[in-house]
Order: sequence, then C-alpha cells, then structure tokens
Amino acid sequence: MTSENNQQSINQEQLAVYEVFIRSNRGLDHKHVGSLHAESPEHALMYARDCYLRRSEGVSVWVVKSTDITASQEDDIPNFIDPMDDKPYRHATHYVLPENVTNM
Amino acid sequence: MQTVNDAEEQLKFDQRIIDEQKIEPTDWMPDDYRKNLIRQMSQHAHSEVIGMQPEGNWITRAPTLRRKAVLLSKVQDEGGHGLYLYSATESLGITRSKLIELLQTGVAKYASIFNYPTLTWADMGAIGWLVDGAAIVNQISLQRTSYGPYARAMIRICKEESFHQRQGYEIMTVLAKGSVEQKEMAQDAMNRNWWPSLMMFGPHDSDSAHSGKSMKWKIKRQSNDYLRQKFIDQTVPQIEALGLEMPDPELKWNEDRGHYDSGEINWEEFYQVINGSGPCNYQRLKHHKKAHKDGEWVRTAVRAYQEKQTAKNQTNVA
Repeated sequence: MTSENNQQSINQEQLAVYEVFIRSNRGLDHKHVGSLHAESPEHALMYARDCYLRRSEGVSVWVVKSTDITASQEDDIPNFIDPMDDKPYRHATHYVLPENVTNM
Repeated sequence: MQTVNDAEEQLKFDQRIIDEQKIEPTDWMPDDYRKNLIRQMSQHAHSEVIGMQPEGNWITRAPTLRRKAVLLSKVQDEGGHGLYLYSATESLGITRSKLIELLQTGVAKYASIFNYPTLTWADMGAIGWLVDGAAIVNQISLQRTSYGPYARAMIRICKEESFHQRQGYEIMTVLAKGSVEQKEMAQDAMNRNWWPSLMMFGPHDSDSAHSGKSMKWKIKRQSNDYLRQKFIDQTVPQIEALGLEMPDPELKWNEDRGHYDSGEINWEEFYQVINGSGPCNYQRLKHHKKAHKDGEWVRTAVRAYQEKQTAKNQTNVA
C-alpha cells in the first residue's frame, strides 16, 4: 500500500517518542500507560486516543515528549533515595498506645 | 456577566457536583467556586507553614535526641504539606507570590490556633495530640471534597500525618505518668490547647459565613459542628486514659444524644485572634516575612543560574 519512499518518511525512529498518561476516572491521578511515536503533540494525542482508549479506559489523556522527562537512574536509586529505614518514628505503628485507647 | 455558554457550563458543573464527580483544573467552574476554593485551600496551606513556628520553637530544646528527631520529622512534614496545598491552589490560576502576599498583608488567614504560644515542652504533646487530631478529623472529611487536586492532596497528607497525633499523645502519656510537676505540665498544656483546638473547626454552623455555599458545592462535606462533635467524642476517652482532669467541667456523656455535651466556646476570643489580636499574630507574620526575605538570595541565585544556562545554550546553538 505504501511506497518505500513513504515508509522512509514516516520511519518511526525519525518521530519523537511521547509518554502517555491516562486518568481513568475524574478525581484520580493520571497514570502512565505506555508510549508512542508521533510527529507533533497533537498527533500524539490523537494517536494515544486511538491506541490506548478504545474501551473507555479514561476520561483524560496527557502526552509528554519522553525527552522532556527528567528521570532518576534505576541503578543509582540506593544512593538517590534514602528509604529512611533508620527513622521508624515516621510511621504511626512506631508508637504504642495505651490499651484503652482504640480510636487514634 | 453570564453568557449562554456559561449557563450551559453551569448546568454541566452542577450535574457533576450532584453526581459526586470531581472538578478538575481544566473544567469550567463558577467564579465563586474558584474564589471559595482559593480562600479555603490557601488558608489551609498557610496553616501548614505558619504551624511550623510554634513547634519549631522547641526543636533545639527537645528533652532527648529521639524527641528531637521526631519533632524535626513532623515539622518537615508540615512544610511538605504546605507545598502540596500551595501547588494544588495554584492549579486554580493564582500565583505563589500572590498567595504569599495575601498572607503577609493579613488578607488571607491561617488556623488561629497557631497564634497561641508554646510555653512548655508539654505543648508539643498537646499540639500533636489535639491540634493534629482536630486537623485529621477535618482532613479525613476533605478527602471527599469536590475539587480533584485538593482531594488528592488531602489523601496524601492524611497518609503522612498518621504519626503526628500519636507522637503527641506519646509525649502526653509519658508526662501524665511522670512526676507531679510533669503531670501538672501536661494538664496545663492540655487546658490551654483544648479550646483553641475546638475553635479550629470554625464558627457554629448557624454563624459560618462560607459554610452554605461550600456545602452546596461539596467543597466541605461535613459541617463545622458535626466535625467538632466528632473530635470531642473521640478525644474524651483519650483524656480519661491519660488520667488528667477534663479541660471543660461541662464535658459529660449525654445518653440521649449519644454524644458528649460540652461548654460554650469563647467566640469573642476566637474572633479577636482571627482578626489579628491573638498573643502571637504579630510575631508569626513578622517571622514569616523575615524568613521569606532571608531566603531571597536563594531565589536570586536560582534565577541567575537559569539565565546563565540559557545564555550558554544559546551560544552553543549559535
């Protein structure tokens, strides 16, 4: 159907990658669902609609150019994010309540 | 002026509220709904940030290293909660600097409880237990508020705040079971913080200026008096468990109502503190202005770095 030339011009590698976020219901956060290639944000939005929203998966879509996302490095997580395991007092379960106090 | 389009949008908005749907930032909303939200959410954000002061007062004087670490964590959380709420408020189209300006010029309010001084270490116990306890009752209710970003911020905040009340109660437990002086200190801090904590829920429903609209729009889900009663009912057994005297002699179980009865709040004091004449109003705003001014060099440095980077990138491109 498509000539070789045309295929060349819409070669996916030449298109920007967009990350797709969908809000499944009003009131909820947008959640990452996947990515796609597109030539413009508008195109990405339409493409996201066609790809990811065929079964009423959501009420709102965000598309963000992947290169516009600054991400942490998976390998570097132990250095980057301190789980604060040495600070158990940040959790309610750390505190012992008197037996007769049941509603806190 | 209302256009035909506005009237249509208004119907859609009203239906969403009826259907328990959330309103999101890009939706059309009535001007008054937006204004009301900005007022309530910014007041909430300011309360988180101003609330850091009375507790910050005791960080350097916490009795043990553990208490100091706990208090630091709590105050750090409050700063974070201020940020969540400011960001959510900004989604309504108002800038951060405008919000700060409204606070510093006294136009915007914050919870009046933070205009009281923290006189002893026991205040750290009473605040965590009573003030955060009252805030949690209010915030749990607000998890169901109609504005999406506000509801989501409340869910995050409630999750993080779970330890705040317990660490306060733990302080109270230790003091109440300690020496005579410690027990007196606990009693005194509870007595002083009790009434301002009840005031946190706002005026009686019959006198509340904003309640009617807020309830209609489901910004507020439960009334001031309902939430205040809920707080009283859950707190009285906790006072009994501490073995302290009731802070209000009229606190008595009412079998017929299935609730505790309580004495009348001093509303004159409430309005005086709200309108600027509390013991620490001047000090709190003065400190906020100073901290904001002292931080100006950081903002200047960020802007300078940004400009430098932009210039560098432009040179590289050229």
